[in-house]
Amino acid sequence: MERTKELLAWQEILVGTVVVTPGNSKEYKTGDWRSQRPVWDFEKCILCGMCYAFCPDAAVKERADGYYEADYFYCKGCGICAEECPKKAITMVEEG
Amino acid sequence: MGMRRGIEVSIAAAEAVAMADVDVVAAYPITPQTHIVEHLAELVNNGELDAEFIPVESEHSALSVCIGASAAGARTFTCTSAQGLALMNEMVYIASSMRLPIVMILANRSLSAPLSIWNDHSDAMSIRDTGWIQIFTQNGQEVFDHMFFAYRVGEDPRVLCPVMIHMDGFIVTHVIEPVEFWDKEQVKEYLPPFKPKFRLHPDEPVTMGAFAMPHLYTEAKVAQDIALKNSMPVILSAWDEMEKIVGRRYRPVETYRTDDAEIVFIVQGSFGETLQMAVDELRAKGEAVGLMMLRLWRPFPFDEFRALAKDKKLIVIDRAISFGGQGGPLAIELRSALYGMEKMPVVMNYICGLASRDVTVEDFMKMFEMAKSKFLKPITQEQFEFYGARSL
Repeated sequence: MERTKELLAWQEILVGTVVVTPGNSKEYKTGDWRSQRPVWDFEKCILCGMCYAFCPDAAVKERADGYYEADYFYCKGCGICAEECPKKAITMVEEG
Repeated sequence: MGMRRGIEVSIAAAEAVAMADVDVVAAYPITPQTHIVEHLAELVNNGELDAEFIPVESEHSALSVCIGASAAGARTFTCTSAQGLALMNEMVYIASSMRLPIVMILANRSLSAPLSIWNDHSDAMSIRDTGWIQIFTQNGQEVFDHMFFAYRVGEDPRVLCPVMIHMDGFIVTHVIEPVEFWDKEQVKEYLPPFKPKFRLHPDEPVTMGAFAMPHLYTEAKVAQDIALKNSMPVILSAWDEMEKIVGRRYRPVETYRTDDAEIVFIVQGSFGETLQMAVDELRAKGEAVGLMMLRLWRPFPFDEFRALAKDKKLIVIDRAISFGGQGGPLAIELRSALYGMEKMPVVMNYICGLASRDVTVEDFMKMFEMAKSKFLKPITQEQFEFYGARSL
């Protein structure tokens, strides 16, 4: 199994916990904070993009066919997309 | 050899910081530290020291400035006392956790309330566990010598820890003493330029002081603890090297007439000099007594202390209180270091000299007599007394 950054030993930590590679917050999985996940009903969706615009973490992305979906690696399950959707096309479903 | 000068110790300390070619000084004035930073401000203002002197609105900002400057690769200095250190507290932890070799003089003063500008070690003990290398000094010469030592050790790539030099407020800071200055060649030989491992620079960007999740925090702290402990050989070799250059020898635990002593006083800071006189007087009366001055406080010189304490009875002099604890902070630490030793040395603990209350040679001789009678009976773990406190 590949060693992930989560498993660094103390000897591998750089002095002062300095971070030498830029942009590595992308590697930080915030998706595991989620207790509910947004699920889209494409029958109701009118492609308005409100979910995309309102997502505070830019975790809603546009698909090639124009519909939207969450990137579950980052989506924290806050529910703002579901709240803002004018067609109530997004349902928050308990994570099992 | 450098010139021997009669000089106020605060001014000598500032001169040493200047001779160490400091780049950035940030400090907020507080008694009894004031003369040190005032003199550095004068040196910068007069063009005698090429450094940035950054006046700030609080001690929190003073150390924050040093952290930023040190992160950018500058040699930095700050200086405070008591309440100033308390206000700085958040940044004291951050400086050491970011492994920035900042040097600070703490002109030891009691913490309020009641408000006191005078000297004890309550401020020093409040930051005991912050991860700084900590050195106690007894006089002006020791302070002067240890400014170069502090930069040399702290900036060593094997160490990279901030260093705090403790000097007793007023008792040391404000007295005029003979201090043998180093000459420029000696400083140059002893103290190499600061070459940080990482620094904030646009050519090679890094992030410092970043967020870490619980799965990294523990390992980060283990690394820090081990780095501090691993500074010991660097500290010892820095003292050896100093002896070669200026002829003065310093050790983690300084001893005075301990070899054949049965009872040994242990103290930190300037009381060590008073105690040397008390030991001489007691020796003249035929008492087998000696003295240890614990110079290196962090990293704690565990092996050295245990070897010296073996088969002795100890009188620990504390100049601070651990409220609700089992004695003063020094006694608690030393008892813990002795735990598990075969024939564990007994410890009697006196808390005295709070807020600069005089403790004379006669007082120490009295403590000796009191402790000697205590040693006839079993001593409990928590046994300690506030020496000289009035009581009805």
